[in-house]
Amino acid sequence: MTAALVAVLAIPALGAVLVAAMPAQADRAARMVGTFAAGAALLAALLLGLDRTAWTGPAAADPGTAGTQPGGAGGSPVQPWHELDLAWAPGLDLRFHLGVDGISYPLVVLTALLTLLCCGYTLWNVPAPGRGRLLVALLLVIEVGITGTFLALDLVLFFVFFEVVLLPMFAVIAVWGGPGRRHAARKFVLYTLFGSVLLLVGIFTVVAATGTADLVRLTADAGSGMSRTTQLLAFTLLAIGFAVKSPLWPLHTWLPDAHTEAPTVGSVVLAGVLLKMGTYGLIRVAVGVAPDGAERAAPTLGVLAVAAIIVGSLVCLAQTELKRLIAYSSVGHMGFVLLGIATLNATGLQAALIGNIAHGIITGLLFFLAGAIKDRAHTGDLVRLGGLRETAPGLAGVLGFAAIASLGLPGLAGFWGEAFAVVAAFRVGGPLWTVLGIVAALGGALTAAYFLRLLRKVTHGPAAPAVAGITAPRLAPAELVAWAPLVVLALVVGLLPALVIGMAADPVTALVTTLATGSR
Amino acid sequence: MVQTVDHVALLPAYVAAGTALLALLLDLAAGRRGAVLGATALGAAATAVTAVVVGSGADRDTFCVPGTSACSYRVDDTGALVAVLFAGLTLAVLALSVPATRVAAVPPGEYAFLLACSMTGGVVLGYSRDLISLIVAVETLTLPLFVLVGLRRRTAASAEGAVTFFVVSVVATAVTLLGAALLYAVTGAVHFNALRTALAEQAQLRDVPLAAAAVVLVLVGLAFKVAAVPFHAWAPAAYDGAPLPVAAYLSTASKLGGVVAILYVAVAALRPWLDVAGPALAAFAVLTMTVGNLVALRQRRMVRLLAWSSVAQAGYIIAPLGAFAVASGRTDDALALAVAATVAYVVFYVLLELGAFGAVVALRRGDADGGEIEDYRGAARRHPWVGAAFVLALVGLAGLPPGLAGLFAKVVVVRSLLGGGAGWLAVVVALNAVVGLAYYVRVAGVLFAGPASAPAPAPAAAHAPAAASAVAPAPGSAAVPPSRPASATPVAPTPDTGLTQAPVPVSVSAPVSAAAGSAGRVAWPVAAALAAVTLAALIVGFAPQLVLDAAALALSR
Repeated sequence: MTAALVAVLAIPALGAVLVAAMPAQADRAARMVGTFAAGAALLAALLLGLDRTAWTGPAAADPGTAGTQPGGAGGSPVQPWHELDLAWAPGLDLRFHLGVDGISYPLVVLTALLTLLCCGYTLWNVPAPGRGRLLVALLLVIEVGITGTFLALDLVLFFVFFEVVLLPMFAVIAVWGGPGRRHAARKFVLYTLFGSVLLLVGIFTVVAATGTADLVRLTADAGSGMSRTTQLLAFTLLAIGFAVKSPLWPLHTWLPDAHTEAPTVGSVVLAGVLLKMGTYGLIRVAVGVAPDGAERAAPTLGVLAVAAIIVGSLVCLAQTELKRLIAYSSVGHMGFVLLGIATLNATGLQAALIGNIAHGIITGLLFFLAGAIKDRAHTGDLVRLGGLRETAPGLAGVLGFAAIASLGLPGLAGFWGEAFAVVAAFRVGGPLWTVLGIVAALGGALTAAYFLRLLRKVTHGPAAPAVAGITAPRLAPAELVAWAPLVVLALVVGLLPALVIGMAADPVTALVTTLATGSR
Repeated sequence: MVQTVDHVALLPAYVAAGTALLALLLDLAAGRRGAVLGATALGAAATAVTAVVVGSGADRDTFCVPGTSACSYRVDDTGALVAVLFAGLTLAVLALSVPATRVAAVPPGEYAFLLACSMTGGVVLGYSRDLISLIVAVETLTLPLFVLVGLRRRTAASAEGAVTFFVVSVVATAVTLLGAALLYAVTGAVHFNALRTALAEQAQLRDVPLAAAAVVLVLVGLAFKVAAVPFHAWAPAAYDGAPLPVAAYLSTASKLGGVVAILYVAVAALRPWLDVAGPALAAFAVLTMTVGNLVALRQRRMVRLLAWSSVAQAGYIIAPLGAFAVASGRTDDALALAVAATVAYVVFYVLLELGAFGAVVALRRGDADGGEIEDYRGAARRHPWVGAAFVLALVGLAGLPPGLAGLFAKVVVVRSLLGGGAGWLAVVVALNAVVGLAYYVRVAGVLFAGPASAPAPAPAAAHAPAAASAVAPAPGSAAVPPSRPASATPVAPTPDTGLTQAPVPVSVSAPVSAAAGSAGRVAWPVAAALAAVTLAALIVGFAPQLVLDAAALALSR
């Protein structure tokens, strides 16, 4: 299955080169090749879940002796199911070290699925100004970057893949985006590069102090190679880098413009998986490598997360544009995920992991729907929309489903992340966290408020002129094919969360145990 | 006492000097441009081969003071590496010079002769092991460039650039010589190893302010060569006025020479006094990076932007040496890390900068200067391969994939700074990288932009030597953004904020419209050089260990 590890990166990369090299006349054929490559990558991603290496023993073993072997050592919280470890540039502490475990597997599958859906969507609808094959090629390159980030088990390799997504995403927004795309793309790339370079400094703070960049080893050591000050410094730098990506309030200002101006498929990939690079990085890298720093910074992180929830919700209540509202809702949802991470207990981390997946599925669906509405009604302005269920009941129905899933109705995917982040906050105990839990719960109520407001404005009421004039009210087959997996997954993950977080139970418990026993 | 001279050790220098003479003689005898340039190129290649062959044997010393181990000229791996780099750079610049020398204004024989003389200076620089030889070598590297910068004879910009360069250079050399003389006065030594011993043993020199002043003066004078702030003001004028290949040489070989000189002086000679040299180097690094990036944001002319960007890159190159300012950066391990990082960054940088200038040469006609950035609008859609190479170089200089060479260069610098305990400097480097991306992305965007709303004659239907559609690794190739609103770019040329001289240079031979200055066909040597450099950049991007191993050679002192 190491072949699957390489395949899940190599297939999209080769696909991107092939698709971009095809001539302009064969644009549709090129897009089909790209979709096929994305499908093959999804297959490889699913194959990664088979034939897993068994979990060896609890991680409560001595952190000092664990992780001395180069990979998959018993006792390290990071025990990949499949692993690949090749030397690349020893002078940079860079090894081509890939691995997948219970924490990263759902994210890899989500990335592959969303990329496939986006490439398939592009087969049917290419945004202005055309040249769909280049858009598909860029989406595949972004997939390589994101999947590589989730699979990397070497800090420097993680950074390299982290950087790979910046320019392709910039190009997607700058070329195929809406009216304000140039400004949004510039803001996106400069802001996220700022986060990335701080991440680089943080990574090498860790490497300089401990002498290794191997995540398996570093997580096993649980920060014992670094002094407390160094750990806090490293965690702060890493956390700022990931906070820009997640995004965490107040470093979120790049997100609304980028999401609003990006084309539909760009927004789906951006909201669905790009943001998850930040939260995954926080769990895997920042908390795993500098747990003591994480504990000291946890209250700050918690407060900022709850601020994100409240600010995101309040701003959403005032929004008048559809895509911008969904963009700010991402800020709020990521706030719940970050709250879960900040609690640093098993419930919180599990909530964060399932919140990640749920947000990816549901917000991906929401952006598809927003794109569909804007294409049909030629406006995203909530004032000018209304009565969608009169004219396009299918579309209104799916929008209603997605909005309700996003606001956290029990039985649908969004519930678990939100509810159990609050539960985890209460579980930490103490005045601060209890207050944070209460405020976060209030934020959940606000989330419901703005989504119901959205539904009231868009789907209910008399049909506005823009909506009444819709010429293609029925859902196209391509749209049904693209959205059906997301709708089904939102329901299935909502009813059976163990499908997603069952596999992460062991790594998360091991991580939390090292947090508890870790370097003192 | 007759000093024995080891002529075998001097072979690379002989071949380089011989190449220069050959160029001049061939020009007198045959007078054909192709023959002269070709012969010089062969000579440069021969220099590189000789350097490798001579360096692969045991280390050799020559011009030694009899009875001591103080030698002025030493052939070892370091010298071989530097010689090969200079020869390679000269070869690439010669290939890029073909369109420029086609026009009668730039005489090919003198041009090749001067370039080969400069190469000789660079080759000798690599092998020099005492202060005076070092300064002579640096001067030999620089003197021909005064004339080369001024070789676009009918333009005021060229003359102005040459005079600025000359005046500043003379002052800088005087300062360096003063520092060297003062060091000799206090220590009695000019050879690096003797100087090091003297500084290490004579602790009473710490109480002599003159000694510290001497150290700083030498570094200040050499900082000019790398165009470090505040000695950078000559660079934009000189780069913009010079013929494009000469600008390429200035930004690569001249900078390489300055860096090698600083490394030799700081690390070999002044090793015991790095606590004095370190803060100066750190200050240069921070100022250079920051000022270079900030001023580059405002540039409207392509070569000026590349000049300011190369000023900023010089800051990144010196940055690892800034770790000497803290005690943890002066240990042997940290020192080795810093020197290796500097050399590695220089190699990565040289490849990417050559790629950028090569693309500019390919996109401009004959001896045209670099032109405005607006002149390149849509250039990547007319010449897809050249555009892809240009974007790769720009993205590499910014430090992002697919320019992996540049990414690993920044990683190397940050790694060495954190290993040396200068984390604050690493943060400064990181923040500057963000500022740098802003203008690199602006240029890359202009390359792919559609026609501006202002009416301009359709550019010549040029065809690049390959298929129409661009191929990855360039992301976002062949994009079609809408036309910019006409009020976006100011039309009046903005004078450089970094220069104090008033008049904006008037370029007679560079008309404003894009079509007149843009290239039609790309000359084959230019295309070959650009392809070779881009391929090398891609290879070292995917296999950075090659460069790191070469940099480790530089430590074999």
